Amino acid sequence: MAKVPVQFRLNGSDRAAFADPADNLLTVLRRGLNDFGPKYGCGQGTCGTCSVLIDGELRLACLTLAASCEGASIETVSGMADGPSLHPLQNAFMEHFAAQCGFCTPGMLTAAKALLDRNPNPGREDVIDAIAGNICRCTGYEPIIQAILAAARTLPAQRRS
Amino acid sequence: MARFRGRGMASVNYPIGMNLGGDPSQALIHSNPDGKFTVALSAIDLGQGMKQVTRQVAAETLGVPVEDVYVDTADSDTGPHDMGSFASRGTHRMGNAVIAAAREARGVLLEAAAEELEVNAADLVTDGKGNIHVKGAPSRAITVRATAQAAQFKQGKTIAGRGIFLIPLSSVDPETGEMNPNTAFAHACLVADVEVDDETGEVAVLGMSSAYELGRVINPKMVEQQLVGGAWMGISHALYETPEPYYPNPDHGPRDFNEYLMPGPGDIAPYSITILERPAPDGPFGGKGPGEMCANPVLPAIANAVYNAIGVRVNDLPITPEKILRGLRANGGVKPQPRRGGAL
Repeated sequence: MAKVPVQFRLNGSDRAAFADPADNLLTVLRRGLNDFGPKYGCGQGTCGTCSVLIDGELRLACLTLAASCEGASIETVSGMADGPSLHPLQNAFMEHFAAQCGFCTPGMLTAAKALLDRNPNPGREDVIDAIAGNICRCTGYEPIIQAILAAARTLPAQRRS
Repeated sequence: MARFRGRGMASVNYPIGMNLGGDPSQALIHSNPDGKFTVALSAIDLGQGMKQVTRQVAAETLGVPVEDVYVDTADSDTGPHDMGSFASRGTHRMGNAVIAAAREARGVLLEAAAEELEVNAADLVTDGKGNIHVKGAPSRAITVRATAQAAQFKQGKTIAGRGIFLIPLSSVDPETGEMNPNTAFAHACLVADVEVDDETGEVAVLGMSSAYELGRVINPKMVEQQLVGGAWMGISHALYETPEPYYPNPDHGPRDFNEYLMPGPGDIAPYSITILERPAPDGPFGGKGPGEMCANPVLPAIANAVYNAIGVRVNDLPITPEKILRGLRANGGVKPQPRRGGAL
């Protein structure tokens, strides 16, 4: 099948790739654009480690056709840090030991960012709800929940008002 | 139709590593021209923290800052052979191999420094901050970095060390059948409180408390992390996960994460942990390591708690609602068992 060009913004930069019309976004990000932040886990939308933000909405890159992202703004975990400064979520994940093998971490961070972007004052139940689509084998979730709650507390006060 | 609460406990004496022919681990350490050290292991860190623990052990033994040690794992091309990451052996076996390698490397490091300072190597000490000096005379000093460079470019010496940890194979006594399969045991006791619904057969874990004796805790935060995560895995194996729900009949097995049940972040139980330290005589700085026993006592404790709540003894895992309901039917209903240790 003929490849089609697809252009979108990826973590603030204009990027373009040639994709099969049937290629999912995860394939194009990882193989086409060398963004290895989102991970390939189950490939069927049940584990959450491929999570990305498309125009600010939490989406599963493995279930999203790349061609449907034409003109969209995509954020992955690779763009969370501002140069050498880590995102408050990334710092909190380290401080609370919220990663062991690390395979779920890109999806957890992305799902947590989507939560804090729309609700800077989440309660414990909000956090549990936000990461309910992400499977973690190692941590038992508690350190991840604690990290996200801690990161929310470090957000600038005006964002929490 | 009601919910019944029960409490169960389990304790475990857990052997660290195994002794099938000695169960050896090996490590190689060498210095780099910038005075930093590389530890080569072929053992792998799957997220347990073995890389961090061996890094701390190497830095402590070498007498250098932990930041100056890099641990290269999981490469059987460049690392010396290792039996692997299993049987909760990482901290104990690999830690001991790293200590042996670091001691040898430290010996060469101090010899090289002694040559530069024109003193006896036996009189030298490290300050753990990247300096080597004469005992009692901190001004007669040289940095580890300058020593590494002098060794490599002037003295023609390799600052390196080899380490292996091997427990001699214990053969079986033909008269008594006695053998000594292991040298270090860790211990734990765990109490689980559950609530069983006699209508749906569902079990909810209300909370757990445990005490773990793990030898010297080399990295307290990582021990806590592993115990918390392992307990969740124990709940999951006790109540949810199985590839073959009707073993040996392979029917109805899960094919993906939609069908393979694992508890999510909404299903976790409050868990309080007490860590006890009884250093192992043959452990690295007394360490044993938590490993698999993070999960082990959770399973029998939950099974016991279910029995305590409703009088149904489920002998194969996981304890599914179907098994609970079949057990209740066979028993002729709920038969709560006596409980000690206060209210739930």
